[in-house]
Amino acid sequence: MDNASLFQCLLRFGDNTLVLGHRISEWCGKAPALEEDIALANTALDLIGQTQMWLGYAAEVEGADRSADDLAMLRDVWDFRNILMVERPNIDFGHTIMRQFLFDAYHHAQLTALSRSSDPRIAEIAAKSVKEATYHLDRSAETVIALGDGTDVSHAKMQNALDLLWPYAGEMFESDDVDAQMAASGIAPDPATLRDAWDLRVRDTLSLATLNIPEDNFAHKGGRTGARHTEHLGHMLTQMQWLQRAYPGAVW
Amino acid sequence: MYAQMIQSTGKGVKSLDEMDPTERAFQERIDAGGKIEPKDWMPAGYRKNLIRQIGQHAHSEIIGQLPEGNWITRAPTLERKAILLAKVQDEAGHGLYLYCAAETLGITRDEMFEALNEGRMKYSSIFNYPTLTWADMGAVGWLVDGAAIMNQVPLQRTSYGPYARAMVRICKEESFHQRQGFDIMMKMCAGSEAQKRMAQDALNRFWYPSLMMFGPSDAESVHSAQSMAWKIKMNTNDELRQKFVDQTVPQAEYLGLTVPDETIKWNDEKGGYDFAEPDWTEFYDVLAGNGPCNHDRLETRKQAWDDGAWVREGMLAHAAKKRTAKVAAE
Repeated sequence: MDNASLFQCLLRFGDNTLVLGHRISEWCGKAPALEEDIALANTALDLIGQTQMWLGYAAEVEGADRSADDLAMLRDVWDFRNILMVERPNIDFGHTIMRQFLFDAYHHAQLTALSRSSDPRIAEIAAKSVKEATYHLDRSAETVIALGDGTDVSHAKMQNALDLLWPYAGEMFESDDVDAQMAASGIAPDPATLRDAWDLRVRDTLSLATLNIPEDNFAHKGGRTGARHTEHLGHMLTQMQWLQRAYPGAVW
Repeated sequence: MYAQMIQSTGKGVKSLDEMDPTERAFQERIDAGGKIEPKDWMPAGYRKNLIRQIGQHAHSEIIGQLPEGNWITRAPTLERKAILLAKVQDEAGHGLYLYCAAETLGITRDEMFEALNEGRMKYSSIFNYPTLTWADMGAVGWLVDGAAIMNQVPLQRTSYGPYARAMVRICKEESFHQRQGFDIMMKMCAGSEAQKRMAQDALNRFWYPSLMMFGPSDAESVHSAQSMAWKIKMNTNDELRQKFVDQTVPQAEYLGLTVPDETIKWNDEKGGYDFAEPDWTEFYDVLAGNGPCNHDRLETRKQAWDDGAWVREGMLAHAAKKRTAKVAAE
């Protein structure tokens, strides 16, 4: 196992939470009910907190005198390692909550495994984060069930969100050389091994939500390797990184 | 405190001798520092006045998320983004306590939302000003939350129990927000020339709108006299504005910023600063809907409410199905 691979692995964790946290924070003050505003802000806050830990550790491992903020605010699109699903735009509350659920079910399984990592720092961050992910998953699953089962309109909107997002789920379970190295040294699970737990949870919830899982398992990929992100990430970065880019070196 | 120009009965304060025994007992309880609880008898005017005031305060918390939400996606560091998210989350929470407090008076949250969306209920004038640079996140915390605290601290002793208790929780978080705002200002003022310029510009734009938050002088107002007799309002607008100026001017000096009022001067005799009144014409314009952001703020809320209708309906339908299934199973 080399440091470059560990660095890539940590970027994958931290970029997922950063990009999804940012997307959810776009909801501020505009959710369908006050309770949802609070819950979305809370989830975004947890994810940004996890980002600070993952990217903080990534920066140390890299040893190039960069901070977590430098990694978040000064990398361009091709250096981001998040899965494509989390950079998808919010579209509406249905898409937002379906994306959250599909991710939470994965995140929960991933963090549970990571809490047993041979790297004590990763185990520690995961143990703290998995408590938050448990709450996120309970809440997003409950909401998916309620809206899938609710009215004809809410059912149709949730089915539409599932159909659109399903092709972005497969990337979560893709493996490459970095993953093989992490798995061999007991640092992180091979993503493919998380699929069963995810499938079980997702099928159970979607069935209670009376939603149909698309039959086609085609998967878009290119986010976690950085090979090909969607067009959406660049626009997100123009906002997220604007102050740091416009006033280089300023302390905020 | 985000309530301005709250109307009371408009009839002036009755003396104890003019009251019937029930009302007299009510007033004597307030005079003795007692609390009124939701199931207690209360004059219709007291109830109406409180709904207006608590509702306006709650709406201000909700609309107040928007000028700050405007910068969450552009926060300069992860820590600043997290702090701002936590703050906005607190504000939504304050809105929730306050709507709950108002609901104990016999109005629903949805009714209040509809009144807000239709312009029948107001929110504080301050949130109709734009947040244009990152320094505005500092200025809003420092000045706007600072002004809010001036009024909210005494309201922890207000006569209506649920309102007073909500205010206790809110005050703790607000003073934290104010410190965070001041911390942003300190960083900006110790930073580059561009950051210092942003900080001064933010103070220039937010100084007078912050003074307006207290509302025009109400020393002669019959509405305020009644609210004060009922201990719904604890101080006059002028008292609170003076206190705010006295606290804020030395803070601005500490930051190396100039308060945009050339007339400001310490007055030994009164033990406070003399300062210029804000432009009250502008204040009334903002209240009438002509502030820089009135249209956009309200449209954003209406859009959120309309776009969210299918979600609320879906949730309700699911809850109803669950209840039916439970009854069938029993």
